[in-house]
Parts: sequence; C-alpha cells; structure tokens
Amino acid sequence: MNIALVLEQLLNGVQLGVMLFTMASGLTLVFGVMGLINLSHGSLYMMGAFICAYVAGITGSFWIGLLAGALGAGVMGAIIELVVIRRLYDRDHLDQVLATFALILIFSEGTSWIFGASPLWLDMPDLLSGSVSLPGGVTYPLYRLMIIGVGIVIAIGLYLLISRTRIGMRIRAGENDREMIGALGVNISALYTFVFAVGAVLAGLAGSLLGVLQSVQVGMGEPMLILAFVVIVIGGIGSIKGALVGALLVGVVDTLGRIFLPGLFSLVLDNADATSVGSALASMLIYLLMAVVLAVKPKGLFPANA
Amino acid sequence: MRKLTRESWINSSLVLLLALAPLCASLLDEPYYVNLASRVVIIAMAAVGLNLALGFGGLISFGHAAFFGLGGYVAGVAAYHAFDGSYFIGVIPGSDQMPVIWLVAVLVAGLAATFIGVISLRTQGVYFIMITLAFAQMIYYFAISFPTYGGEDGLSIYVRNSLFSLDTSDPLIFFGICFFSLMLSIFVTRRIMGSRFGAALTMARLNDIRLATSGVEPFPIRLTTFVLSAMITSGAGALFADLNGFVSPSMLSWHHSGELMVIVILGGVGRLFGPVAGAVVFVLLETFIGGFTQHWQFFLGLILLSVVLFANGGLIGLLAGRPRHD
Repeated sequence: MNIALVLEQLLNGVQLGVMLFTMASGLTLVFGVMGLINLSHGSLYMMGAFICAYVAGITGSFWIGLLAGALGAGVMGAIIELVVIRRLYDRDHLDQVLATFALILIFSEGTSWIFGASPLWLDMPDLLSGSVSLPGGVTYPLYRLMIIGVGIVIAIGLYLLISRTRIGMRIRAGENDREMIGALGVNISALYTFVFAVGAVLAGLAGSLLGVLQSVQVGMGEPMLILAFVVIVIGGIGSIKGALVGALLVGVVDTLGRIFLPGLFSLVLDNADATSVGSALASMLIYLLMAVVLAVKPKGLFPANA
Repeated sequence: MRKLTRESWINSSLVLLLALAPLCASLLDEPYYVNLASRVVIIAMAAVGLNLALGFGGLISFGHAAFFGLGGYVAGVAAYHAFDGSYFIGVIPGSDQMPVIWLVAVLVAGLAATFIGVISLRTQGVYFIMITLAFAQMIYYFAISFPTYGGEDGLSIYVRNSLFSLDTSDPLIFFGICFFSLMLSIFVTRRIMGSRFGAALTMARLNDIRLATSGVEPFPIRLTTFVLSAMITSGAGALFADLNGFVSPSMLSWHHSGELMVIVILGGVGRLFGPVAGAVVFVLLETFIGGFTQHWQFFLGLILLSVVLFANGGLIGLLAGRPRHD
C-alpha cells in the first residue's frame, strides 16, 4: 500500500463527494424551504443524463449536451413542480413519499419507453480525456479533476447565492417562516418553483457529468438518490453546510472502504473470506456511519433551524 | 346483534371473493390463477404487517422490504441447507419444515426489527423514513455481496417446503395455507388494536405527549408495534419464497418497500382490510396492464399519483366513507 494509491483513492472519494453534494444540495434546499421530501430527485438526475447523451449524440459536442442536460432537467423540474409538487406542500410526508414514488415510476418507465431498455453511452470530451501528474507521484484523469473543480464552483456559487443575494435572503426567510415572507409580499409560489428548478438543474448537471463515467440507463438515479438521502440525513436535513460535510464524508468513506476493507480483513481471515466479508461490509459502511451519526445526533450533524 | 356497517360488508365480500376465486379456478383446472391468488394473499399479508406500523402506529417505515426479504431468505437458506445436508455457519442444520422456517423467520425479523427500531425510533418524521430506508439498503447490499447464498443471482428452493403431511405443491392447498396465514394476521392485528395496547398505540400516533402525561411511555409501545409489524411481514416473506421457489435480493430492494406502502395507501391507511383491497388491486393491475404493455408501471404511477392527489382514504375509504373514529 503506497501513498500514491491512497492519494488517488482520496481524490476519487472527493470526486464522488462533490457530485453527491450537487445532488444533495437540491434535495436539502427543497426540504428546508418547502418541507417536501422528494424521491423523484433521482429521476431528474437520470433525465439530465439522458438529455445530455441524446443531445451530445446529435450535435457531437459534449458541452452542448451538458448545457442541454442541466437546462432540460431544470425545465422538467419546473414543470413537475407546477403540475404535481405544489399540491403536496400541505400534505404529510407519507403523501409526499407516495406521490414522488409515483413520479419515479412514471419517469423511469417513460424514459425506457422513449429511449429503449439498452443504455446510452456518453463519450468523454477529447479536451479532458488525458490525465495529469500531481505531486506525490499520482497520475489522475483530467476529467475527474474537472468534476471536482465543478463541484467546488457549485459549492461556492450556492454559498454566494444563498448568503449574498436578494433571492438567497428570501430562501433563508422561507426556511424560517413561510407565512411571514408571504405576508411581506414575496411571491411564494414563484420562489418555490425557482428553488425546485435550481435543485433540478443541479441534479441534471450531476447526471450529465457522471453519465460519462457510467452508462446512461434507466434506474441510474436511484443509487445516487439513496446516497444523497444518506448525505442529507447525516448532515442534517435542510442544511447546505451539512450537505457539503456529509457528502464529502460519505464519498470518502465509501470509496476508501471499498478499496481498503477487503485488504484489511485479509490480515485476519483467509483470502476468499476476506474479500467477501470485506466487500459486504464496505457496501454497508456508509449506512453504518449514518446509523452511528443518528444514534448520537438524531437530527444530523448540522441541524437546520436549531 | 351489532348492525353491520358498510365497511364490514365490503370487507366480508372481499374475503369471500378472495377465497372463492381460487376454488373456481381450481375447478376449471387453471392453476395459474390459483397461484396468482396466492400471490395476492401473500402480498396482502406483508402489507397487513406494514399497515400495523404505518397505518395504526403512524410509523412511516420505508424499509419493510427488509423484513419481507429476511423472511424469504430464512426460507431459502433453510431449504438450501436441508437440500444438501450442510450446516448454516457450520453448526445449524437446514430444515424443510414450514413451521420451523416460519418460527425462525419471525424470530430473525423480530430481532432485526428490535435492533433497527431502537435506533430509528429515536428519530421522527422524515428522519425515520430515511433511516428505515437506509437500514433496508444495508441488508440489501449485504445479501448482494454474500456469494454463499447466490449474491446478486439469488437462491433457488428446488422442492417446496412441507407442512405436516399436506401436499404443499398442490396450488390449492398452498393457497389454503397462505389464506389461513393472512386471516390469522388480520385477526392478530384486530386483537392488538382492540386491546389497551392498541388504544395506547393510537394515542401515540395522535398525541404522544398526552399519552406520556397519562403515564404511558410512547417509545416501548412504538418499538413493540414496529417489531410485531416486521414479524408479520417476515412471515409473508417466507411464504413468498415458497410460492416462487426462489429468493433474490430484489425482495429486499427499496422498490419493494415502496410497493408495500403503495398497497397500504391504495387500500386505505389504518383500515383492517385496506391492505387486502390494495393487494388485490395492485396485483391485478400488475397482471392485466402488464399483459398488454411491459410499461405497466407507467400507468401504475399515474393511478397512484391520482389516488394520492385526489382520493385520500384509499379504496376502502372511497367505497365506505370515512371511519367513525378518526
């Protein structure tokens, strides 16, 4: 086990972490501001990837595809907010879970109806297909490095949007007291649609970016959705800061666990057992992490509105 | 004599229909429909289990597939070891006797639910939904990455497990076993909800502070409910494995948890026979829309969406009106 491998895996963990943050920040904003639990966020991620792959296939440019994927998911998000989601704000969580579960069914089947069951492929842009040497003897793919960069830009952008702009002020006010900002003359429903669409754009962006590293297929959003839920529960639902910390924690723990746990177990067990026990435990690791966090702090690491 | 309400009329006709349909199918020599009815009955039983926690207890568990799958895996693993005479973790022999399997399935799920419940029930609302989901995912991934019992491919049960001297491979007899189990689970739920414990549970859902001030701690009530609910669902899981002759991690998947919730809601939350109505409708939709398009889930989604948005109270609620105590 050498330093370069650890560093490389650490970077992979961070890369997964920033993408999880991109997903989770939309979820946590929607929950924090509207009190809505949105299972169909993973479908928006999937729609982003599909639109990106489709447009990139037609135009031949990944960048146009990326733009289309993010904007397309945003438009889709705005539409489902206007048609379905806004009827759910006053309902209890059970109805929200069911209605958004129904949306997942509709989106997944609808997508496989339109695009067929076989996965689409997204090619990496030539510009980013190389790799770079980093200090410490690591060669790391440029594309993954770009993803980390995009994630950092999004994190800073969201921070500025929420803490430095007028609309961010309204979002924060909406988290604290919905009725009051409505009474002060802010158009609440427009604000909600905006917040939902921003979350959708971020989900679509994450889907398009990760679509290059995996195959674009129906059901790709669900593992990400569940990871994003783990992230926001660990971080504290409604807290952007919590989402960032939780996402990096989950990304790094998951990646390092998968690489190093089987090796760790081979110190005490024989090889075949070590691999199966190690990999079984590695895939459970983040859920264990979440259980421990919730057992200690039932409202997550950074409880919102505390 | 107590006057029958509209709801009890609906319930009785539902049960009668469910019992008579496979009899007719059997007389017409259509074993496929008998097995379909068994499927309805087993899924109904799993949903009855969930309804105890979700409907009566207000505990929105998004992880009940875990218990369903655990029951299934107990049946699968027991049959696997009984088949080749090997031992579970080197000491426990397998079994192909249903009563033994059920007992173990219920105990295993009970233990798992106690562990999950102790941690999850500290949280409320969305956190509870998410943490039950996370625990179910944990068990799902555990099953996937465990190659001894088939991993991702699942585990086949070559010969249906036996119950005393009955011929369990006969579809009608197997249906009888499932039907009896469903009725038993409904009866148990009814007795639970009719007892002092049930009253405390209702209060824990409606107003737990008031329950606490009248001297009853809500936490043990909720935990017991969660465990009982998991046990019923797990029994259904063991039957489901026997019906299909197959267990796979898909029984544990979160899609399945969602479907169980859908069935409970579709039928009517917190109504004794709601899950039965929900399961009948769900499986029939799955079979018949699935018969002419493979994209049946698209339509299921649309139907579900309209039920949630426009028909609060589910099917039984739609037919029988609001319950008298709510």
